[in-house]
Amino acid sequence: MYSYSEFDEQFVRERVSQFRAQVERRIDGSLTEDEFKPLRLMNGLYLQLHAYMLRVAIPYGTLNPHQMRQLAMIAEKWDKGYGHFTTRQNIQYNWPKLKDVPDILDALADVEMHAIQTSGNTIRNVTADHFAGAAADEIADPRPVAELLRQWSTDHPEFQFLPRKFKIAITGSPNDRAVTKAHDIGLRMVRNDAGDEGFEVIVGGGLGRTPMIGKVVREFLPKADLLPYVEAIVSVWNLLGRRDNKYKARIKITVHEHGIDEIRRLVEERFEEIRPQFSGVDQELLAGLEQAFAAPDLQEASLAAFESAYTNDAMFRAFADTNVVDHKVPGYGIVSISLKAHGATPGDASADQMRVMADLAERYGHSELRISHEQNVILPHVHKSDIPAVHAALKEAGLATANIGLISDIIACPGMDYCALATARSIPIAQEIATRIDELKIEHEVGHMKIKISGCINACGHHHVGHIGILGLDRAGVENYQITLGGDGTETASIGERAGPGFPAEEVVPAIERIIKAYLDVREGEDETFLMAYRRLGPAPFKAALYPESKEQADAA
Amino acid sequence: MPRKFTPKVVTANSLIEGDAVWLTADDRWSPDMAEAQLIEDEELAQERLAHATAQPDQVVGAYLADAVAGDNGPVPTHFREAFRTRGPSNYDHGKQTAV
Ligand code: HEM
Ligand code: SF4
Repeated sequence: MYSYSEFDEQFVRERVSQFRAQVERRIDGSLTEDEFKPLRLMNGLYLQLHAYMLRVAIPYGTLNPHQMRQLAMIAEKWDKGYGHFTTRQNIQYNWPKLKDVPDILDALADVEMHAIQTSGNTIRNVTADHFAGAAADEIADPRPVAELLRQWSTDHPEFQFLPRKFKIAITGSPNDRAVTKAHDIGLRMVRNDAGDEGFEVIVGGGLGRTPMIGKVVREFLPKADLLPYVEAIVSVWNLLGRRDNKYKARIKITVHEHGIDEIRRLVEERFEEIRPQFSGVDQELLAGLEQAFAAPDLQEASLAAFESAYTNDAMFRAFADTNVVDHKVPGYGIVSISLKAHGATPGDASADQMRVMADLAERYGHSELRISHEQNVILPHVHKSDIPAVHAALKEAGLATANIGLISDIIACPGMDYCALATARSIPIAQEIATRIDELKIEHEVGHMKIKISGCINACGHHHVGHIGILGLDRAGVENYQITLGGDGTETASIGERAGPGFPAEEVVPAIERIIKAYLDVREGEDETFLMAYRRLGPAPFKAALYPESKEQADAA
Repeated sequence: MPRKFTPKVVTANSLIEGDAVWLTADDRWSPDMAEAQLIEDEELAQERLAHATAQPDQVVGAYLADAVAGDNGPVPTHFREAFRTRGPSNYDHGKQTAV
């Protein structure tokens, strides 16, 4: 894994001590809130509904056990004993006190972590495929490139006051697990006809109030040109981006207003201009990073323990079928640990659970952990013969739910339970759906289905790209939930369509249940997922299930 | 026609803890909304808000929130403000631990 250089270390420490002085001056009254707010946001500190919230970056979702234990320690010492993992591969603490935040940031710096650029109009935490370095379908590990982008973007003098926040996602695999098409820039590693590695570059995707799927600005960008090309995109947008209206500031609007062809022309022009400034130092750096991310030494071993557990233990079999996928090295598996026990808060892990996951990574997983944008934790390199032991330990910690990719593996933003911007709650809706689905015992029968929930139009919970999306709104002082259908965040990305009028909170779960049952009725066998059925049949059968009254009215007319 | 003024309380978040607090008639910041001053007069509301805004060493983001008189003091009329008096619904954290 990448290890901080002396420069990184010093930079992060200086930022913490700077912020410590700023907090002191805020508390003694020499800084007003107007002066202090931009400074705290630069350090990931928000003020939410009931408390402050600290957002800590987990670059490209990669953590080592030592770091995970430190996150647990922070949760226990300065928060309420848990942390919330988010769709942007960050962790959020919901209850820190202002005076403790500098100490928390120091504790993070002790393990090479920080909260820099987790807020504000900057280039945010670069996110990546959570199976990076392990996936069987991967062209190459995207993390060295992600780290290069992080070093380039951190404190980049030109990009600290962009028109709006800017998010980059990267995948090294054709199967897109990083939602690249819903980011400001999405990078998909590809090979050209000559077999060289490069990137398909996508710009102008995004969710929020104007959801858009990104457009391809360059079909093949040689790997060596990545940094100048990304810099060209950000700098073109930095000039063109709408600073007059924050709702029109994201690059998706710039691309929409100017057209992708004009954006491409400007980007290519700027790229030619700045390419000579990148003298190749970035490529030397990248070569070093590739060394740092070298795959662990994975040894062959007998599969007997795995096969015996698989044959004899039905619970283990369900776990292995649902939460484990094949690694690129035969005999190994990628284990997804679900933070979505039925009825639990999606994405939350207690300090004890964090420590259990850290121990398992150390003992069986070559000391690597990943946070997925789906708010789960991954052990990317586990020999299959160790998975029964991993499963047993997870079971004891309440972490063995076999539901990855199924109905109850719901993404939910914090919603009105924590977020000051929310218009309705998200968490209780997720909890109720998961609990109901567990009662019905149909989760495995239904199979692959993604439900995503946001508590307002900002769409932090990715509802637009959920097969079933739920958006919480305020209708005359009452929580109301709008349902979208047919969204998809993968390489076949699409934005879900609104199904019709929203539902009051107590009617959401029955409505979801009706959609699920309608799907079971219309599908052409178990291999046809909900999304496939939706794409084949369109919204009609699902709308009819959602709004049975209007169907009756139509039939009567 | 100007909209009719509805009763308000002055609320904010405390500077150090970050939790929701309400301005009382005797100029304290209480963590309990029931202790808040219920303001029925628009001009007084603006005056009290200005008073709150002038205390940046104690609170952050003061604003006027709708409220009505309850049995033991002001109560919220909107669910958002109701959450602020209690805490989140997924854990017994925040103000609800104290009650
Ligand atoms: C609780 C504090 C949070 C605040 C104040 C907040 C604020 C926002 C805002 C204002 C936007 C819209 C930005 C725009 O379109 O320009 C947004 C989008 C987004 N946020 Fe959050 N958010 C919060 C928490 C989260 C969490 C917990 C997650 C992950 C679970 C998250 C992930 C995202 C994502 C994925 C988007 C949409 C993607 C896009 O930018 O196009 N945020 N957030
Ligand atoms: S979607 Fe809205 S409610 Fe949910 S975290 Fe984002 S800003 Fe808050």
